[in-house]
Amino acid sequence: MPDLLEVRGLHAAYGSSRVLHGIDFSLAAGRITAILGANGAGKTTTLRAICQTVTTQGSVLFAGAQLVGRATESVVRLGVAHVPDGRGTFAALTVDENLRLGGYVRHDRSGVAADIEQAYRRFPRLHERRRQPAGLLSGGEQQMLAISRALMLRPRLLLLDEPSFGLAPMIVTEIFRILRALNEDEGVSILLVEQNAKLALELADRAYLLETGRVALAGSSAEIRRDEAVRRAYLGY
Amino acid sequence: MNELLHQICSGLAAGCIYGSVALALVMIYQATHNLNFAQGEMATFSTFIAWALIHAGWPYWGAFAATVAVSFVGGLAIQRIVLRPVEKASVLANVIVFIGLAVIFNSLGGWIFDYEIKSFPSPFPQDAPYATRYFSAHELGTAGVMLAVLGALFAFFRYTPFGLAMRAAAQNPDSARLVGIRVGWMLAVGWGLAAAIGAVAGMMVAPSVFLDPNMMSGILLYAFAAALLGGIDNPFGAVLGGLIVGVLENLLGAYVVGTELKLTVALMFIVGTLTLKPNGLFGRAVVARV
Amino acid sequence: MSEGRLPGSMSGARSAEGSPLHGLRGWRLAALVLVVVVLVVLPFLVKNYRVFQFNLVLVYAIAVLGLNILTGYNGQISLGHGAFYAIGAYVAAALMSNAGWPYWATLPVAALVCFGLGFLMGFPALRLSGHYLALATYALGLAIPQLLKYRHLDALTGGVQGIVLNKPEAPFALTVFDQPLSADRWLYFVTLAVAALMFWLAWNLLRGRIGRALVAIRDHPIAAAAMGIDLPIFKSLTFGVSAAYTGVAGALGAVVVSFVSPDSFTILLSISLLVGVVVGGLASIWGALFGAIFIQFVPNVADHLSKAAPWAIYGAFLIGFMYLMPAGVMGLARRFGMRRQPGAAALASSQEAPPGG
Repeated sequence: MPDLLEVRGLHAAYGSSRVLHGIDFSLAAGRITAILGANGAGKTTTLRAICQTVTTQGSVLFAGAQLVGRATESVVRLGVAHVPDGRGTFAALTVDENLRLGGYVRHDRSGVAADIEQAYRRFPRLHERRRQPAGLLSGGEQQMLAISRALMLRPRLLLLDEPSFGLAPMIVTEIFRILRALNEDEGVSILLVEQNAKLALELADRAYLLETGRVALAGSSAEIRRDEAVRRAYLGY
Repeated sequence: MNELLHQICSGLAAGCIYGSVALALVMIYQATHNLNFAQGEMATFSTFIAWALIHAGWPYWGAFAATVAVSFVGGLAIQRIVLRPVEKASVLANVIVFIGLAVIFNSLGGWIFDYEIKSFPSPFPQDAPYATRYFSAHELGTAGVMLAVLGALFAFFRYTPFGLAMRAAAQNPDSARLVGIRVGWMLAVGWGLAAAIGAVAGMMVAPSVFLDPNMMSGILLYAFAAALLGGIDNPFGAVLGGLIVGVLENLLGAYVVGTELKLTVALMFIVGTLTLKPNGLFGRAVVARV
Repeated sequence: MSEGRLPGSMSGARSAEGSPLHGLRGWRLAALVLVVVVLVVLPFLVKNYRVFQFNLVLVYAIAVLGLNILTGYNGQISLGHGAFYAIGAYVAAALMSNAGWPYWATLPVAALVCFGLGFLMGFPALRLSGHYLALATYALGLAIPQLLKYRHLDALTGGVQGIVLNKPEAPFALTVFDQPLSADRWLYFVTLAVAALMFWLAWNLLRGRIGRALVAIRDHPIAAAAMGIDLPIFKSLTFGVSAAYTGVAGALGAVVVSFVSPDSFTILLSISLLVGVVVGGLASIWGALFGAIFIQFVPNVADHLSKAAPWAIYGAFLIGFMYLMPAGVMGLARRFGMRRQPGAAALASSQEAPPGG
């Protein structure tokens, strides 16, 4: 079966400063892949490149469709949901409105309503605050909201940028548990960018390590976790 | 006392017009963070179109509806065609393009419809039963129309998915794209709505001030003052600001400065608001937890 | 950073001090002499009316230069410079007509008055930027003509009818190529001299630290403040100087046209000046001349089409220039190898929007 996401020779730049220098990787359907690396390695840029929110060159095939050159909104409509760093919530809109916007491109009103209810069941804190402006939520709650909003799309591919960032360990555990459940029960493919390599490798099947815009290492997470030298040198544990 | 009340009432009536135009200005500001210097000239041009239709024999409300529709489409087209290329350019480039648009509309109006002052009918007959001692039928009608427009807009933005999407696109275009909203088209619709509102305002004011290419230049200035006073990102503030500006303008004109210095008064409002209370009276501070 | 230079000066090495003539050689010197000769003889080669038009070009060039100092170099948008032009014109007219002053004495007064008003305008402008400043100046540009019609100022302003002036005659007689030194021709030399002086002053002001400071404030205001540039004073001074330039132009204009009235100074004048800056080139001294030529002659040509046409053309040019040539005529010239002016290159790259958005 061809991969859900196939990236070949991806270059990306901000203005005149080039950040990605031709990376290759792929993600099979129903799998979880992690992208690891230090600050500035280009992890966030990789996700942005897939969503076309940054200037790119190369090839990004999603279920056979070329993403490079498309408008971001068109990429999203193909079933790619991105939870960006900074969460990307609409701070001045209510939690409920944020969730509704997540389902904007869908045509099944009742399905959307049902998914909102499910989000509230999954995250009761969101239900409590559903009429409050999203900007008033704590970091953890905003992350829950951001993920829920992304799920409203019923995406085939979920892109997550540092979901553990700035969150208490208990909440991180909860969120990762939910991600695993999503993947196992509903078959959502996940591409995860994480600085916390240990956490990421526990969740993901496969991992790529980026270093200054290039792929330095690739392999199954089991392999990488087993290799002590790699762990010490690249992942700090 | 009678006289004072009368002045206040005329001020409120004028304030309805300023408020409507201010509403259009706020709408574009919210979506694009640009001040639409061409708003007045676009409204005048729309009014010319209505005038032409009426003169060709169309019934008033038919011409009204057609003009609003054409203006909506026109505003949309202008955003997609003229403004899109400079969306990401500097503020100066944007201001210059807006001024260019204003100048083109003004001259097109004069070219096609000539510079002679024209009269424009009011759909509210002078002897209507709802006319009162303090408010003419037309003034009440204008207020009614404006409130209806305001109400419709409020309902649209608050309760419809499309309206929600537009609000999202205006607040946070990047996040909006990530939920699949076509932000470019949202901007275009915003422009269309602003153009339509401007057309309504133009048609409401033309019966009193008569129609010529320069009809709206003073009014636009007052509308800007109203929008600033109300808080440039607050639609309700815009309307309230319009009413306040209308009343103050009238009172100042009647009792203090005389009617010949209206524009200087507008200048004072604008510079005063910008210097003393730049967020206006009701400007919203962004709610966010760091 | 390269400094602004007059074309014809030596390419390559900087001359830190010294006049623009430093280091001229060979054919460049000859070219300069030729230009000077042509300028001197020109008024006698053409009819009086044409000379009158040249005078207006020179006057507008000074006005456009004034606006360019503020908007092009310093990034403060003004849609109301017509107001300063009007004030300068009325100062001159009132002094000449009510107090019998000679025309040349009115210029410094106009400069001072407009400097003061511009400086004052600079203060509220400090907190404003971009659109808001454009709005405030737009209001100024609209309000002044109405203010000039105000009944209670009639004694000074001549009210709606304005003030008619006597065009000053040449102080001596002269005939060249069978053409006498008429009032217009005399004024040509006067305006040429004033323009040359103003341009030279601007060139001096802008090529050194002050010019760089202006551009720094425009492009990186926070960094500029951190480097010790006193932003409020600087920006207000710039406003003052810019207004003074346009005020002097207004005063000269009043003398050249021999007439001032409120309707000569509507918001359209402010817009014309802005057109001049855009067409000639932001942050360019010589661009002011191109811009002035444009705004003087294009309406005349376009008028033949229709009364409304000049403005439709202005509008189209404004929009077109922002798409294609955000750096104006001088930007185009620069691409063909003329000397760079400080700040303009950075502005051009920040102005150029990606096609298609």
